[in-house]
Amino acid sequence: MDTGVNETGELVLRTDALTKRYGDRVAVDGVSMTVRRGEVYGFLGHNGAGKTTTLRMVLGLVRPTAGRASVLGRPAGRADVTGRVGALVEGPGFYPYLSGRDNLRSLARYRHLPRAEVERVLDLVDLAGRGDDAYKGYSLGMKQRLGVAAALLGDPELVILDEPTNGLDPAGMADMRELVVSLARGGRTVLLSSHLLTEVQEICDRVGVIDHGRLLREAAVADLRGGITVRVRATPADTALAVATRMAGPDGVRTLPDGALGVGLPASAAPDLTRALVAAGVDVHEVAPSERTLEEVFFEMTTGAAAPGSASNANMKETVS
Amino acid sequence: MTAVLDSARAELLRLRKWPAVWITVGAWIALALTFGYVFDYVSYATGTESFATEGTTAGAARDALLTGLLPQAVPDVLVQGMPMFGGALAMVLGALVAGNGFGWGTWKTAFTQGPSRPAVVGGSLMALSAFVVLIVAITLVLFTVVSAGIALTEGEAITWPTAGDLARAVGGGLLVLQMWALLGYAVGIIARGPALAVGLGLVWALVVENLLRGVGSLLDAIEQLTHFLPGTAAGSLVGSLTGTGSGTPGVLDVIGGEQAVLTVAAYVVGLVVVVLTVMRRRDLA
Repeated sequence: MDTGVNETGELVLRTDALTKRYGDRVAVDGVSMTVRRGEVYGFLGHNGAGKTTTLRMVLGLVRPTAGRASVLGRPAGRADVTGRVGALVEGPGFYPYLSGRDNLRSLARYRHLPRAEVERVLDLVDLAGRGDDAYKGYSLGMKQRLGVAAALLGDPELVILDEPTNGLDPAGMADMRELVVSLARGGRTVLLSSHLLTEVQEICDRVGVIDHGRLLREAAVADLRGGITVRVRATPADTALAVATRMAGPDGVRTLPDGALGVGLPASAAPDLTRALVAAGVDVHEVAPSERTLEEVFFEMTTGAAAPGSASNANMKETVS
Repeated sequence: MTAVLDSARAELLRLRKWPAVWITVGAWIALALTFGYVFDYVSYATGTESFATEGTTAGAARDALLTGLLPQAVPDVLVQGMPMFGGALAMVLGALVAGNGFGWGTWKTAFTQGPSRPAVVGGSLMALSAFVVLIVAITLVLFTVVSAGIALTEGEAITWPTAGDLARAVGGGLLVLQMWALLGYAVGIIARGPALAVGLGLVWALVVENLLRGVGSLLDAIEQLTHFLPGTAAGSLVGSLTGTGSGTPGVLDVIGGEQAVLTVAAYVVGLVVVVLTVMRRRDLA
């Protein structure tokens, strides 16, 4: 363990076989996930996969049918926990007739915070100039930003953002990414749910993939993507394989579907690899760093889970969507 | 307790800036003033007094009209409109305060700020109660000024009501309005929205209870039931303060004053318990 902190102290959020049924419909099915202090955790899934319901249980808005969720070492939803968590779940919930600033002032009163805190978070999301306009007049993107501002009130230890880039234009999305990254840099733990995979790939440390209510996998982004490999196309192939194996080890080389080699070396090793191949008399046609995108991995995983033959998942698809 | 007060302050901020709240309060003031003073005063001022009517029943009725407009009658005028439109408007207010939070997602937001659910709801109820107090206070001040103005205009001596009469009227008015406001609030919570709550509440308060009291005169079992209904209790409470001689709609003498006070108070307590219980466990989408 690199931090030297014990495992439970490190966990900001832990769910244990968390399940929610609505009648026959299973919205969340035995989800066990962990979010560690200081990381940006990406919660991935298609619309209706169970992300929001899981987050609602984590916030204590919805009672689990079975299983448990604990936040900051306490049962989820307890008053002494919710005050240390900031959240934007399933769209912002504000009073339409109040200005953005007054909406936040009202929330600041719940949290027993000074008015200056409202100005701080308005600044953070670039809404200070429009703070006195009525919320109902805001664009979708401004509403979303106000929701994020509310989630940042009081500088909470854990920030939960459910689809924070919904309704934002490309510039707004870039700003939001930057904001999340800066939060993480400030030591904040961020749980970010999204179906925008490039967004998650760029800013998250670890991800949990949920589909049809089930957590399919939880891993570091790099582990999921399988790391960077060097793609080599060279002839004769057997000599090239031998050279590559000598450099990357017997488990570090695989033959790709098109006959090229995937060599498990960092991109910086490409010149050395090329030199070694040339020295061995091999003709090198192509050397390029290659990495699977999170999107590719995600679709592989989620389409695999719903594939025919997996009867239980097929049934769940019927009941969940 | 801090959490409840924080929640009440948060709720007060958004209520006092909500036009719908002031429209409801304004409607009550306008109606109470119109039915309490304007009609009676116009009727008094345009009536004729001559040697022909002096000492007759018409003259006595006219004198009674004036008596009802003078400061001493403020306690009666204060409460006489409450069983009918006062209660209805208080119910609308309660339903708005509780019901809109579901569609707007603001209950969800409030419940994720730190204070526990009972604290948030308790704070909200405190804020609503503060508005009920405000409504009674504004009405009292306004009626006092208006009645004193009428007394001065008509050259009558100003006799203030006794402290006891005033206290009974204010207390009774607060209880009646609080009960209706809580009833609206509770239905708003149960229906998860203001529209159904307002609609059902008004039909109940203005139509169904009157119908039941009508049927009650034929069927004993129904009559017994009506003794426990909120409208009967509120009407009888006010009736015990003002007497039912004026024939004001909604003002009743079906049950005694003491029983009426107890019934209304029981509704107030019971509704708070219902609201807290429902909101404590409910899933919020």
